[in-house]
Amino acid sequence: MIPGAFEYHRPASVDEAIALLSRHGDEGRVIAGGHSLVPMMKLRLAEPGHLIDLQGLDSLRGIQQAGRCIEIGAMTTQQEVAASELLAEVCPILREAALLIADPQVRYCGTLGGNVANGDPGNDMPAVMQCLDASFVLRGPKGEREVPARNFYEAAYFTARAEDELLTAVSLPIPPAGHGYAYEKLKRKVGDYATAAAAVVLIMNGGTCESASIALTNVGQTPLFAEAAGQTLVGTKVDEAAVAMAVEAAKGIAEPVADMRGPEEYRTHVTGVMVRRAVERALARAQA
Amino acid sequence: MTDATEMTLEEREATLGGIGCARKRKEDIRFIQGKGNYVDDIELPGQVFGDFVRSPYAHARVKSIDTAAAKAVPGVLAVLTAEDLKPLNLHWMPTLAGDTQAVLADQKVHFQNQEVAFVIGEDRYAVSDGIQAVEVDYEDLPVLVDPKQALAEDAPVLREDVEDKDNVGQGVRKHPNHIFAWEAGDRDETDKAFAGAAVTVKEEIFYQRVHPCPLEPCGCVASMDPVRGELTLYGTFQAPHVVRTVVSLIAGLPEHKIRVIAPDIGGGFGNKVGAYPGYVCATVGTIVLGRPVKWVEGRIDNLSTTAFARDYHMTGELAADSNGRIAAIRVHVLADHGAFNAHAQPSKWPAGLFSIVTGSYDIPSAHIAVDGVYTNKAPGGVAYRCSFRVTEASYLIERMIDVLAQKVGLDKAEVRLRNFVTPEQFPYTSCLDWEYDSGDYHTALNKVLEAVDYQGLLAEQAEKRKRGELMGIGLATFTEIVGAGPSRNCDILGIGMFDSCEIRIHPTGSAIARLGTKSQGQGHETTYAQILATELGIPSDDITVEEGDTDTAPYGLGTYGSRSTPVAGAAAAQAARKIKAKAQKIAAHMLEVGEKDLEWEVDRFKVKGLPEKTATMKEIAFAAYQNLPEGLEPGLEAVNYYDPPNFTYPFGAYLCVVDVDRLTGEVKVRRFYALDDCGTRINPMVIEGQVHGGLTEAFAIAMGQELTFDETGNIQGASFMDYFLPTAVETPVWETDFTVTPSPHHPIGAKGVGESPNVGGVSAFSNAVVDAFAHLGVSHMPMPHTPWRVWKQCQALGIGE
Amino acid sequence: MSKIPVKMTVNGRAVDELVEPRLLLVHFLRGKLNLTGPHVGCETSHCGACTVDLDGMSVKSCTVFAVQAEGAEITTVEGMANADGSLSALQEGFMQEHGLQCGYCTPGMIMRAHRLLQENANPSDEEIRWELSGNLCRCTGYQNIVKAVRYAADKLNAQREAAE
Repeated sequence: MIPGAFEYHRPASVDEAIALLSRHGDEGRVIAGGHSLVPMMKLRLAEPGHLIDLQGLDSLRGIQQAGRCIEIGAMTTQQEVAASELLAEVCPILREAALLIADPQVRYCGTLGGNVANGDPGNDMPAVMQCLDASFVLRGPKGEREVPARNFYEAAYFTARAEDELLTAVSLPIPPAGHGYAYEKLKRKVGDYATAAAAVVLIMNGGTCESASIALTNVGQTPLFAEAAGQTLVGTKVDEAAVAMAVEAAKGIAEPVADMRGPEEYRTHVTGVMVRRAVERALARAQA
Repeated sequence: MTDATEMTLEEREATLGGIGCARKRKEDIRFIQGKGNYVDDIELPGQVFGDFVRSPYAHARVKSIDTAAAKAVPGVLAVLTAEDLKPLNLHWMPTLAGDTQAVLADQKVHFQNQEVAFVIGEDRYAVSDGIQAVEVDYEDLPVLVDPKQALAEDAPVLREDVEDKDNVGQGVRKHPNHIFAWEAGDRDETDKAFAGAAVTVKEEIFYQRVHPCPLEPCGCVASMDPVRGELTLYGTFQAPHVVRTVVSLIAGLPEHKIRVIAPDIGGGFGNKVGAYPGYVCATVGTIVLGRPVKWVEGRIDNLSTTAFARDYHMTGELAADSNGRIAAIRVHVLADHGAFNAHAQPSKWPAGLFSIVTGSYDIPSAHIAVDGVYTNKAPGGVAYRCSFRVTEASYLIERMIDVLAQKVGLDKAEVRLRNFVTPEQFPYTSCLDWEYDSGDYHTALNKVLEAVDYQGLLAEQAEKRKRGELMGIGLATFTEIVGAGPSRNCDILGIGMFDSCEIRIHPTGSAIARLGTKSQGQGHETTYAQILATELGIPSDDITVEEGDTDTAPYGLGTYGSRSTPVAGAAAAQAARKIKAKAQKIAAHMLEVGEKDLEWEVDRFKVKGLPEKTATMKEIAFAAYQNLPEGLEPGLEAVNYYDPPNFTYPFGAYLCVVDVDRLTGEVKVRRFYALDDCGTRINPMVIEGQVHGGLTEAFAIAMGQELTFDETGNIQGASFMDYFLPTAVETPVWETDFTVTPSPHHPIGAKGVGESPNVGGVSAFSNAVVDAFAHLGVSHMPMPHTPWRVWKQCQALGIGE
Repeated sequence: MSKIPVKMTVNGRAVDELVEPRLLLVHFLRGKLNLTGPHVGCETSHCGACTVDLDGMSVKSCTVFAVQAEGAEITTVEGMANADGSLSALQEGFMQEHGLQCGYCTPGMIMRAHRLLQENANPSDEEIRWELSGNLCRCTGYQNIVKAVRYAADKLNAQREAAE
């Protein structure tokens, strides 16, 4: 399986990359880790005329804390996310999720930016980003803007990113110390996309849920921020009744398609199971 | 003659590295350094590449093919279609099952991804571009993916080319989409047994379409030397000699002008037995262009076009008395063979050795009937790590005996013990006429039950059931039939399924042996040398084993169906014995005694009563070229073609313990204990490796592998995204054990082992999963036991929420 | 499309070639450099038979264009032997523990295990399984591969201790 021919560009600056994107329109595609794009190209499901390789852009790498925010460069790999001591300390759900993505080789190459930007509903980080209320930094010819992850995804492979924009970084508010978290992913084997997955962040105070955020992976055209499901937990002790309501609310927004992972009914059902297990694990981890 | 005193007998034996030792593998040294030589590693001067334009439709008329744009693509050298092959009469090829298969679609396509045109270019990049540029105009036709619907009265006719034939090679047809009907056993007697039985059970058991999926896909390099008029064909061939004969028959080239070479093969598991359009097109390509042509399929091509396995819709019935003693078995099979009947079986057996379906049990009567059917799916029906259709048969009986146990309220181990063929019944002739060579099933099962504390497991299960937890214990006590085979039973294209070994001893006492089989990872270079070492008294390290080159190796039928050790291994022993007989003559001459005065000891002949008078095999080898008795021709070599007197019947007892998550349907294999009896054990390390691998493939089949089709014939799951190949994380840890019941008719008592773990494993996993639900009244669940299917069962029982 | 130059170091040797941008690294290594250790087993980045070491990462060379490896240091299985030409501990381990059968997955397995042992000198069996989960094997059932990596880890650790 062989990709179609293309012209290769390796810009030395973000501006140069954006200029290339503007010049080549829908013929141009950015390649970061390439582990989503290259297989698509080999199957000729993607045939870009111009490939713009971002690996020379060191400014897009790295994980920094800036006040109450964490900024992660788009070219930071999943392996780097998983290995980051800073993230393990202040936002450990990222390590947990990163380690459930694909396999070790893919995590060395695959980038956070690529994972959130390409709009594949099977990718794990978009839901995690929605759960954390992260924003994506987009730079284009007209300058820079930030789009919340919760507003970024429009349909499978369609996002708020304009063709001539580059997703340069992910910015997320650091969850309060003592928050509970979990990413539960049901998959058939290592390397698979989720049959269903749920990201949960819980903040407990005196045994009562102060805030709860839930998002779902691969059970719709886009990642799904299960806002209502999270809301049902707020103000409760996260007891059985509240969890059951959250589960039902999350299942209510899931719209999985039938595939080899199972029929719709099953995938909707296990969405609920993943939400329940993620909430339970997050609760166990949360400092009351 | 001096070192005899320096080493003890045991040390001399150990030095040989013969039968029974865990010798490290000789082939490893090249593989661990990246120096294997697989087909895609071959790069001949001037070599070009070829690949297929494939049909997106499962059933369509090909209205036109426009190759002009493709031919204009830089680097593209030629585009072949059925029209181009027609003058050579190569647009269709005969299959091993007596049918014909389109090499390139001739007027119609019959399955998705069928080969439509062959693009040849300077490299695979140019070829890929050329494939994109070929324009094919299709008119789609109604699609049949269900073999039951294919036999409906008003079903569309799939194979118009054979519409008028009442026989396509394997018997009389009853319908235009019907291929053959085959039966065995005594119908009347069986019906009578059922009519009078206290207990009968019946189950619809579907063994899904799967694919052997070796890690290296199929491929070849064809190279025609136009000056000498000689064709060399390198390829992923499990049976290179058969390929040579087939190529000679198809292409009309004299067989001595064809050299087939199977280099290192990256796994076969049955996938590399068949002849595929790629081999024919590469061969035509090299004849047309005068340059070597390579074809290597991609993974999606592999899973969707080169031979699949199983796809058996089985209805199984048992009749028994109230004590669970089986009186009769009745089976009907609807066999989905896809678009062309290209399954690989011995000619006389359209359902392979399915009549081994009585398994390890002494069943008085049986009747089986099999109907083969065409559908709009890829052709195939190979044995995926098993002997011909043996896994299907074994799965059926091992499932049905559990169903029976449940019905009569007996423990599944107890039912097995009550029905086993007993040790004193061997050699045992089954009611379907197989003569089992040897076995001791009671000992094997009892050893396993004890090793795992079966009673303890049952108690734990009972506790868990009280708490609403799902725990399953699966048993399989299978008997395989391998080592095809006696030429009275088995042939391919009329050639008896013997195998062969040729040995040459060099003057300095080292040797080369060539055999008609072909290793695909089994370790023949190591294990054959061990047989020869023990037989000849030459250290295995001094013996080179070669296979796969038809110009040098004696004719053989190849490696599949666990036949290498039973057949070629026997040929090796027999050839060695011929050499030893001559060596004895030479030794007698050397020691100036009569032949009868000599006795053999490990690596030498000694004069009886005079232990210091010896001739080692090394010394005899030198003498064979220099100091011969009068009238004896020089040299020390022999060849043996071994036609086995019978099959061999390896068996085993497996036990699997699973825990089921009723909310997700996930099944966790907690324990797997596998006891195998393969007769004499040549290399315990290699045997254990084979068992690990076979169990892992069985795990994959039982728990996830399937190729399905939507109603328009689109194949589902034909890439590694979906097709379940477990990683190290999902794969259970295996515990292995053994008993040794040698085959009485095999020269060294060996039976073959590579496929047993797959045959027994699938049933053990499946039985364990069903057993987790048995207390809730469930008697059968369809494979593969993917989480969603298992959850559907939970949901049906009201325990899925 | 015109060819462009690419330079890299492969098994310690400087390489300078003109390539089509779409040439996959695995085809570059196999076709241009005649390093046929990395194998192709799929087109969807699942099997890992093509795994090589690239700048300290295990990478599936079928999912990287050769041009992306500009300036990189690459090691393939052909570069795994010790400096004196003897087998490395991992190569030895695969042979001693019967960690291979058909050999097709072996180069990728060895390269992935090599990187694993660089990052974790004493992995548990479970960690080995987890870290090798990007490499498929159809023959061995993995059990002996785990043992082979364990063998190498033990040998390397013993050598390290002896040196200290």
